[in-house]
Amino acid sequence: MRPVYAVSGGVSKFAKARPDKTFQAIVKEAYDYAIDDIGLDFPTFTRIVDGSVASYFSDHFARQLMAGIMAQDYLGLCPKPSHRVEGGGATGGLCFQEAWKSIASGHMDVCVAYGFETMSHVETWKGNEFIAHASDVSFDYPVGGFYSGYYAMMVTRHMKEFGTTVEQMATVSVKNHLNAYHNPYAQKRNRYTIQDVRNSPMVSWPLTRLDICVMSDGAAATILVSEEGLAKLEAAGAQIRRPLVRVTGIGRGTDAMRMADRPHVDYDDFIEHYATEQERSSTETAAYYRRLWEHGTRYPGIHSFRAGRTAGNMAWKMAGISDPLHELDFVELHDAYTSSEIQTYEDLGLCRYGEGGPFAVSGKAFMPGIEYGLELPENPLCAVNPSGGLIACGHPVGATGLMQAVFAIWQLQSSIGQHFGDEALQVPVARKGAIHSHAGTGTYVTVSVLERED
Amino acid sequence: MTEQPMRKEESLGGYIVHNVPFPLDTDPEALSILKRLAPISIEQEYKITYLHSYAQDSPWFAALTNKRLLACREPETGYTYANPRGHDMYSGQETEWIDITDRPARVHTFTVCHFGSEEFLPETPFVLALIEFDGVNTLLLTRLLGVDLSKPSLDWVGMPVRPQFLRNSKLKPTDVYFVPA
Repeated sequence: MRPVYAVSGGVSKFAKARPDKTFQAIVKEAYDYAIDDIGLDFPTFTRIVDGSVASYFSDHFARQLMAGIMAQDYLGLCPKPSHRVEGGGATGGLCFQEAWKSIASGHMDVCVAYGFETMSHVETWKGNEFIAHASDVSFDYPVGGFYSGYYAMMVTRHMKEFGTTVEQMATVSVKNHLNAYHNPYAQKRNRYTIQDVRNSPMVSWPLTRLDICVMSDGAAATILVSEEGLAKLEAAGAQIRRPLVRVTGIGRGTDAMRMADRPHVDYDDFIEHYATEQERSSTETAAYYRRLWEHGTRYPGIHSFRAGRTAGNMAWKMAGISDPLHELDFVELHDAYTSSEIQTYEDLGLCRYGEGGPFAVSGKAFMPGIEYGLELPENPLCAVNPSGGLIACGHPVGATGLMQAVFAIWQLQSSIGQHFGDEALQVPVARKGAIHSHAGTGTYVTVSVLERED
Repeated sequence: MTEQPMRKEESLGGYIVHNVPFPLDTDPEALSILKRLAPISIEQEYKITYLHSYAQDSPWFAALTNKRLLACREPETGYTYANPRGHDMYSGQETEWIDITDRPARVHTFTVCHFGSEEFLPETPFVLALIEFDGVNTLLLTRLLGVDLSKPSLDWVGMPVRPQFLRNSKLKPTDVYFVPA
């Protein structure tokens, strides 16, 4: 496969509602930004780009089939090749990886991945109903389909098995909202305390409103290129930032649609098929997991996401990462819920299964130089959701995974200050980062690694 | 005193409007202000009735109407699914139906939903739970009744429960629900 570079990106303002523009025009905001950021004009880029991948989750929200082609049309990309991808909350991450495939395979030299969602077209609880249709409509949805309920059940089990606390979850909310305070693209830029999170209305015990991301309208776009594509853009006058940002790892995993159907595997099966390289090589960790299993833990059960673990392991292996916590400088992960950020720390191997709660309050996942109003025992090590994540940025589903990619590109280009108008969220030494996109109750998960080529 | 929320819940619906302001003339100066107008939003209703077949899973619903709870078992390995599943995910073999109505069952996890999808908002608060059964490898999503909704507790995890069935079946998975045993 050929090297793939992520050279540019753009994000529209994420908002509760964008009635001022159609979805095509919102996509164009992000697309134009990405083109402008490499110093090209619209006709020149249109001439060079080979094709695109479109990302949006729900035909229900759009009430428009084939919305992808309407964006392609509006962007002036017809008759170039394109296709739409869909995989629930992971749609944006899948789109990024499909664009990567187009370049890596040699099918294209310049490919743009764009995504959007306009969720404001229905009221919040109807929107929840739409989203709940991404659970089995024969057996899950009719029982009381509600994603916040599904995730609340997961974390209830996590709390019971591992001792995770609501205060640990609330700490994630405080962190991500406060990070977003410095991100002008974010939907919710607020300072909260742990008490604020716990005092907000209870949505689905133990998750409160501030433990949960909101619905959004928004779009994002990224431009991926091969070495040949890079040369074509630069020959046309593009100003591509150096050092380049290369996509070095791609991973995906899946799991059963019905959360109830997930397996509960034994210790040996877990170690053989799911443990990270680091976990396998540590006798102390093997003993730790043995103790968990002796106390009844089974994997993945409903407290963990084997799709996320599978995607992570695959991406780490491809990128040559054996210790993600120490080798990654930041992770933008899919925190639709504070609890799922904690679950994902574990899936990605930032800490061991069962230790996500203590990891959340350790300080390791925080940004340096930001005053969170919390007592954090350890120094920042690997910033998680420096952008503010889904909880604070918003979650216009088809755009979300691409938004993560754009923020990762900007981190690795050290250009956060330029794009945000605020240096606070620039990870000081950003050489390697990961983006994590997650669907359903963990049905599709993607992990991609991006690195700065020094 | 009952505390009032600070914000009123939004809803659709309102007056029918048959005309909206627009420049009386369409000269360039008048048209130029069109770029500065707020957008027009309309309501569009979208209602569908689907004919949904439970297909090979139909016996599970038929059993509920007869107050029995079925599960699916791989005949050779014995791997058993609490939900209907026509073929085993490991061997690919067709599963067989077994009756688990009287198996010991416990709460594996739960939540109390204070909000929900629009369809279920009138039913809030309600408890969603995943139930584990002796000799069954997977869980069953269901409603849990007979608990104090104002006092959710991790102690509910592991609570022995038993199935109850609607007298008048709706041919939905909610024809069965669970209560403390």
